[in-house]
Amino acid sequence: MLSALLVMLEIAVVLGAVLGFAAIKFRVEGNPMVDKIDAILPQTQCGQCGFPGCKPYATAIANGEADINLCPPGGEEGIHKLADLLGRDFVPYGGDIAPKPKSVAFIDENDCIGCTLCTQACPVDAIVGAAKQMHTIIAAECTGCELCVAPCPVDIISMIPIEETLTTWKWKYPIYALSPVK
Amino acid sequence: MRQLFKFHGGVHPPTHKEQSSQSPIAQAVLPSRLVVPLYQHIGNRAKPAVEVGQRVRKGQIIGMPEGSLSSAVHAPTSGTVAAIDMQQVAHASGMDDLCVTLIPDGQEEWIKREGMDYLSINKADIRFVLRMAGVVGLGGATFPSDQKLRPGKHKIKTVVLNGAECEPYITCDDLLMRERAEEIIQGAEIIRYMLDAEEVLIGIEDNKPEAIAAMRLAVNARPRSASADRMEVIAVPTLYPGGGAKQLIRVLTGIEVAAGVRSTDLGAQCFNVGTAYSIYRAIAHGEPLISRIVTVTGNVAQARNFEVLFGTPAHELVSQAAPLPDTNGYLMGGPMMGIRLPSEQVGIIKATNCIIAMSDVLFPPAPPALPCIRCTRCAEACPAELQPQELYWFAKAKNFDKARKYNLFDCIECGACSYVCPSHIPLVQYYRFAKSEIWDQESNQKAADAARVRHEYHEFREEREKREKAEKLAERDRAAQAAKAQKAAAPPTLPPAGEVANVSPCAAPADADPENTMQLKIQRAIEQAKLQAATTTPKNTEQLTPEQRAQIAAIEARRAHIHELASTSVEASSAMLVEANTEVKSQPPTQSPQE
Repeated sequence: MLSALLVMLEIAVVLGAVLGFAAIKFRVEGNPMVDKIDAILPQTQCGQCGFPGCKPYATAIANGEADINLCPPGGEEGIHKLADLLGRDFVPYGGDIAPKPKSVAFIDENDCIGCTLCTQACPVDAIVGAAKQMHTIIAAECTGCELCVAPCPVDIISMIPIEETLTTWKWKYPIYALSPVK
Repeated sequence: MRQLFKFHGGVHPPTHKEQSSQSPIAQAVLPSRLVVPLYQHIGNRAKPAVEVGQRVRKGQIIGMPEGSLSSAVHAPTSGTVAAIDMQQVAHASGMDDLCVTLIPDGQEEWIKREGMDYLSINKADIRFVLRMAGVVGLGGATFPSDQKLRPGKHKIKTVVLNGAECEPYITCDDLLMRERAEEIIQGAEIIRYMLDAEEVLIGIEDNKPEAIAAMRLAVNARPRSASADRMEVIAVPTLYPGGGAKQLIRVLTGIEVAAGVRSTDLGAQCFNVGTAYSIYRAIAHGEPLISRIVTVTGNVAQARNFEVLFGTPAHELVSQAAPLPDTNGYLMGGPMMGIRLPSEQVGIIKATNCIIAMSDVLFPPAPPALPCIRCTRCAEACPAELQPQELYWFAKAKNFDKARKYNLFDCIECGACSYVCPSHIPLVQYYRFAKSEIWDQESNQKAADAARVRHEYHEFREEREKREKAEKLAERDRAAQAAKAQKAAAPPTLPPAGEVANVSPCAAPADADPENTMQLKIQRAIEQAKLQAATTTPKNTEQLTPEQRAQIAAIEARRAHIHELASTSVEASSAMLVEANTEVKSQPPTQSPQE
């Protein structure tokens, strides 16, 4: 009787120790869902969803504080992906800002006064320049978030939509005109 | 007799090859102008190396290769560069790209050409020569040949020379093999040497007996040597798409190239016969790739093959084959895989193997597509052993992940599935659409990942700067405290208390000594300049209208506002500097600026 109890106790202690060790050793920091959501978001860091960047928005979605349809650059495709990931239904875009074509910022370098306000606003460090020096955009790194447009005191930053080139051209979805039956 | 293998599927479309294979290759007439695109190969676009108005000689480089995967572009004839601008190019999109327009002077004045013995120079130099000679794969993919001749991780056992030319109508490789077999064989010899391959297998479809005979003759005519026996011309059965690289390798060697694997990993590398010819011309004669053989056929009276300079406008080429009046468009490439030329003005490029004049009789408009009945005839015909009916389903529903899982990227877009489809569904167009959408998504994902990394670093940097600033301030405070304590201990004889009271003593530079004459001189010069600027007034602003004065006032106000904004923003970074300046100014109490 006693030995049986002891054996059970021993098993309980060992298993408890294993579980306790596993809880420390394989502890997951933060909410893993946040990273999964963040991977779907387009990383423009534009804040058009109302959150200061993609990661905060992902966190808000993961905590159930924000809906999945607030990201204009992500488009419908992004909403579909988020809906798939979270097992929710698709909802049409519901943000305040109308989605725009993909663009890059452009600084008219002739009029730049070198105030560095845009470099401070850029979330991805895609603007080169120093105080009282001309600034310019690294087009390849620009996410088109428009955050640099407002701070410019001389209003010389404009957004230029990215035009299709031979290398980025895409085959179109085949559509065929139906001829009416006579 | 060599054992041949079979690939899955395939179709037998009517070949229509006799039409253009009856007459020998003709030299195309020099056109009135040449529009040479700088992007004629896979990889990076060549960079313009000439200027507008410059006279160039035949074979001179007009586009320099950029990056490791690129190729040079040359002036096809001597003449004057008329423009370097965006012009429509022979591409399915019908879009513009950077082209060099050349007005020929008719003198055909060559650059200095130097042939070399490939055995006497090292292989890296040979690859460089090919890169600068603009040699790319002429089978249609236009992949830079120098890259294909790099020694890889795996040893190449077999070089497959592709003379199958399976697509209907096209006979350019056929005629090239008939007329220039010896040069092709020498080019193959260079390829074999470069890759250190054991054998060269030349696959030619059995509907080209003259080409097979000519190539066999050329192979046998070479001097007997150890390597001579390792080259063989093999007739392969006519079956579309037997000229696909994977399919031909399969037929000749039995190697089946699995999904995601390259044929080079399995010891086989495939070159087009036209490429072998160009490699030979580039190495042995120093001639860059400035022309190719193009079949002009279809709805024309005199279909034949022409040796055409790149950049020749399509209509100037076709007019030499007498197109019939009911021609309503041109195809570049064959009827199975070719694209419709966006206009007849576009220039011939390295990828142009054939121009087919179209008419409603030859190519009747496709009947409307009917629903897929899932008969799986496409699956039977698919040479890549895919399930085209499933891929069609996924592409149509834009279910790209699923299309990918069904190996969409193994599709070679040969068109065999569309050819057999009883519902006339343009299957290949759906696959092309799905492929380009997936590529686009991939590049977007890459950009997003890069942006995430940069944003995270940006945040980390801001955090670090904040921390460093706080530390610096704390440090300064400590120093100030220490200095105060020191001053209290020392006798108060040095500077008058009122002068430096508002300046923190720790920021005073060590060399800001009133005895320092150099600094005094600078100080005086600055003050003088300031004085001068204040006393002189600009001379062109005396007789201004009130409107102009108001404008100036507005501008001045805005400027002041900007300065204010700018100074607030740079305040933080220049705080130290400003402090140091005030220090210097307030230091010499005896020197007045007016003296």
